[in-house]
Amino acid sequence: MKGLVLSTLVAAVAAACAGGAGGSRPPLREVGPNELRSPNDFAGIEDEAERSRALFVEAGRVLKHARCVNCHPAGDVPHQRESLELHDPPVVRGPDDHGVVGMECTSCHQDKNQWQTRVPGAPKWALAPLEMAWVGKSLGQICEQLKDTKRNGGKTLAEIVQHTAHDPLVAWGWDPGADRQPAPGTQAQFGALVEAWVAAGAHCPEEEAR
Amino acid sequence: MSIKLRVNGVERTLDVDPEMPLLWAIRDALGLTGTKYGCGEALCGACTVHLDDQPVRSCVTPVRRAVGRAVTTIEGLSPDGKHPLQQAWVELGVPQCGYCQAGQLMTAAALLKAKPKPTDDEIDQSMAGNLCRCGTYTRIRAGIRKVAGGQP
Repeated sequence: MKGLVLSTLVAAVAAACAGGAGGSRPPLREVGPNELRSPNDFAGIEDEAERSRALFVEAGRVLKHARCVNCHPAGDVPHQRESLELHDPPVVRGPDDHGVVGMECTSCHQDKNQWQTRVPGAPKWALAPLEMAWVGKSLGQICEQLKDTKRNGGKTLAEIVQHTAHDPLVAWGWDPGADRQPAPGTQAQFGALVEAWVAAGAHCPEEEAR
Repeated sequence: MSIKLRVNGVERTLDVDPEMPLLWAIRDALGLTGTKYGCGEALCGACTVHLDDQPVRSCVTPVRRAVGRAVTTIEGLSPDGKHPLQQAWVELGVPQCGYCQAGQLMTAAALLKAKPKPTDDEIDQSMAGNLCRCGTYTRIRAGIRKVAGGQP
């Protein structure tokens, strides 16, 4: 029930923020909370900019997921679990987003999840730099940030697509280990959505969308 | 599986699973019991050792990660137990029950090697993952300050 409500809400939000076309677009296919729509599900949106915005809102279900947003904090402390709890033990960002001596990310996090201890791990475990903070930002703000080479690590949109589809740390979002809820869909589906968003002009949803 | 490690400057060969926590390799296979098991989940810092100069929680570190790197345990922090921090620890009566202190010392030693004159904030940030149920935190900070050349 909760899943149905959520997916309906997501569809409504997607429609609302892609909006402005008088509500004439076809309704989106309903999906469960763990599923992602594919780019084909948006093919019925004729206006390219509107389609691009709707694709980003769908990709945003991954971007805003706890597995992703927890390490894109707006401050110096990462989050954990499902509700933006502060990381325990208390770690700080440090000078290069890898913690401080004695409390570096890799003091505990390994190159893969540790099933014995539940400690999550993946290659290149680190915080996203502060200019890539997502916590507290609207999806529109995150979208503009992703396109801004001053705030996206100097990446072109093509490199953003590659990053979302293939980066091994991004991949952890779908293989988080222990009892953590994975991001919806798959990394390949997420990458396809971002690729389709770029192909349709990389338009950003309205700031108030979320 | 044969794993070669360099522990406290000595080459050792162990027949262990590469995924075995480094802590068990150190304690059970090598008999170096100064490093303690606390929580087993990287939450308390009692098991802290150095891989090269980096403090790591050996309870969650697979032994394979230590291959080709220098492992230093509390037994290897100094040849005679007289690392400046160990001396300050004795002088200031830092250890109470003592169980966490090997981990505290290993983190503190790495901190001072990286930052010989840490601020109080830097001490707190680096030591924040080493818990002490006896509550010796003020003494730990004083010991670090003493070695750093400031007032304890």
